[in-house]
Amino acid sequence: MSVLVEISDLRKSFGPLQVLRGIDLTVSRGEVVCVIGPSGSGKSTLLRCVNLLEEPTSGRVVVGGVELTDPDVDIDAARRRIGMVFQQFNLFSHLSVLDNLTIAQRKVLRRGRAEAERVARENLARVGLAEKVDAMPGQLSGGQQQRVAIARSLSMAPELMLFDEPTSALDPELVGDVLGVMRQLADDGMTMMVVTHEMQFAREVADRVLFMDGGVIVEQGPADQVIGAPRHERTRTFLARVLDPTHHGPGDPAS
Amino acid sequence: MALSKRRRTQVLRVVQYVVLVAVVVALALLIDWQQVRRGFLDADAAARLFPGVILTGLKNTVIYAALGFAVGLALGLVLALMRMSSVGPYRWLATAYIEFFRGVPALLVFIAFGFGVPLAFQLRFDTYSTVALSLGLVGAAYMAETIRAGIQAVPKGQVEAARSLGMPAGMALFTIVIPQAFRIILPPLTNELILLTKDSSLVYLLGVARDEYELTKIGREALNVSPNLTPILVAGLCYLIITIPLSQLSRYLERRTGGKRISSPESAGLEVKA
Ligand SMILES: Nc1ncnc2c1ncn2[C@@H]1O[C@H](COP(=O)(O)OP(=O)(O)OP(=O)(O)O)[C@@H](O)[C@H]1O
Ligand SMILES: [Mg+2]
Repeated sequence: MSVLVEISDLRKSFGPLQVLRGIDLTVSRGEVVCVIGPSGSGKSTLLRCVNLLEEPTSGRVVVGGVELTDPDVDIDAARRRIGMVFQQFNLFSHLSVLDNLTIAQRKVLRRGRAEAERVARENLARVGLAEKVDAMPGQLSGGQQQRVAIARSLSMAPELMLFDEPTSALDPELVGDVLGVMRQLADDGMTMMVVTHEMQFAREVADRVLFMDGGVIVEQGPADQVIGAPRHERTRTFLARVLDPTHHGPGDPAS
Repeated sequence: MALSKRRRTQVLRVVQYVVLVAVVVALALLIDWQQVRRGFLDADAAARLFPGVILTGLKNTVIYAALGFAVGLALGLVLALMRMSSVGPYRWLATAYIEFFRGVPALLVFIAFGFGVPLAFQLRFDTYSTVALSLGLVGAAYMAETIRAGIQAVPKGQVEAARSLGMPAGMALFTIVIPQAFRIILPPLTNELILLTKDSSLVYLLGVARDEYELTKIGREALNVSPNLTPILVAGLCYLIITIPLSQLSRYLERRTGGKRISSPESAGLEVKA
């Protein structure tokens, strides 16, 4: 399998606070990597460094052969190939669902209206929301908004999809729909990096699970190993808290 | 005797009404209605103002205010962006501009543009340009701060989503952030238009041609030949014809988009109906 994402010695500080302390990671094409870890461990920061929403302090990030950390890189061109789904959905609230899906296709990829709309409708159907083309984001439930956000990213035909706790802002009964869409996407062969607290999803869908704590990858491997039989004490403590929420200690992982 | 809280509120309200009625009655008795009618409510003098007060005065007031608003909005947007720029000198320049034009009376700006600038630069603006510039320069200072607040009220996630789709910073700003910012600040901008409508009365300072008169100038000119103050009353009512619908509009917009968006952008940000 060819390598799609290559991260070496990635470090990121906010002022004196070292959030990422040397991350090395490669992700192959078609691989699904779930990132778990306690709050503040740097999971979001890692993801945001992969599409340079956050500027790394040092280290290299290469996606699809393009080094994003090269100061002369055309970052906008690079980002077109990397989709991102946020915890808070971030649909453009002044635009209809259709326009949310077409605006970047038209303005960034310069697709014609007819083609952009065709692609948009295709992707809405893919997330099960074909009938919502004309709705405004505010008229949708959280779960529907998140699925529209996924369809919006897919409309750009990305090679890599980043998900930052896509279900954490959802009511429990809406989580399943979104995870279902993501599972389908994984089955279709999309390369995905997913920060999540959904251990069940990680176990069933992830090819590899990373456990992060204190800005480093503490442990990684197949889901059954990292979640099922963790080798490190920190991983065990974390999982004990997540899997048995009644025993929340201080610094519990729910963000 | 102890009154319940509800009862106390009721009593207090009755007292307020009684005082209000008493004041109104007292004023009505004190006013010399004979004089008022002679001074302000002269139907003949009012009739003589028509149709000029509408066709020239009202029309020009609307034009002046609209031109000033357009200039102010464009310049205000530029200033707001400069204020938020990462380039120091842009920020300082914008701050200096805003402080200056918020600090000096609009009257002085009118005089400067009406008389000073033509003298200094040997160029002569027509009335409409002079007014558009004077009102626009003053309005821009206020609108810049409003626009900046609006832009800052748009949740950061909107820019991040736009950038992650490959939009360059400028495109994200103009297609995603600014349209949302303007929805948020429509009510305060409408108020700004009301202020400019009233400030357009400063045109009376300039020497302008007859067909360039606006409401105040028409009223003042009519005063010279009128035996009483009726023209001022008529002009005042004409301002209300413009400003009351605007303030109603502003209130309607405020209710529709809800001041709510600014206070909790993350949760409410997704609820604005276009
Ligand atoms: N823009 C920023 N400026 C300053 N500090 C930041 C910034 N973004 C993140 N941090 C800090 O970096 C640390 C890691 O943040 P990050 O969001 O990556 O954690 P996380 O693992 O995603 O946690 P969570 O599960 O709560 O989302 C935190 O201590 C956070 O306060
Ligand atoms: Mg996070």
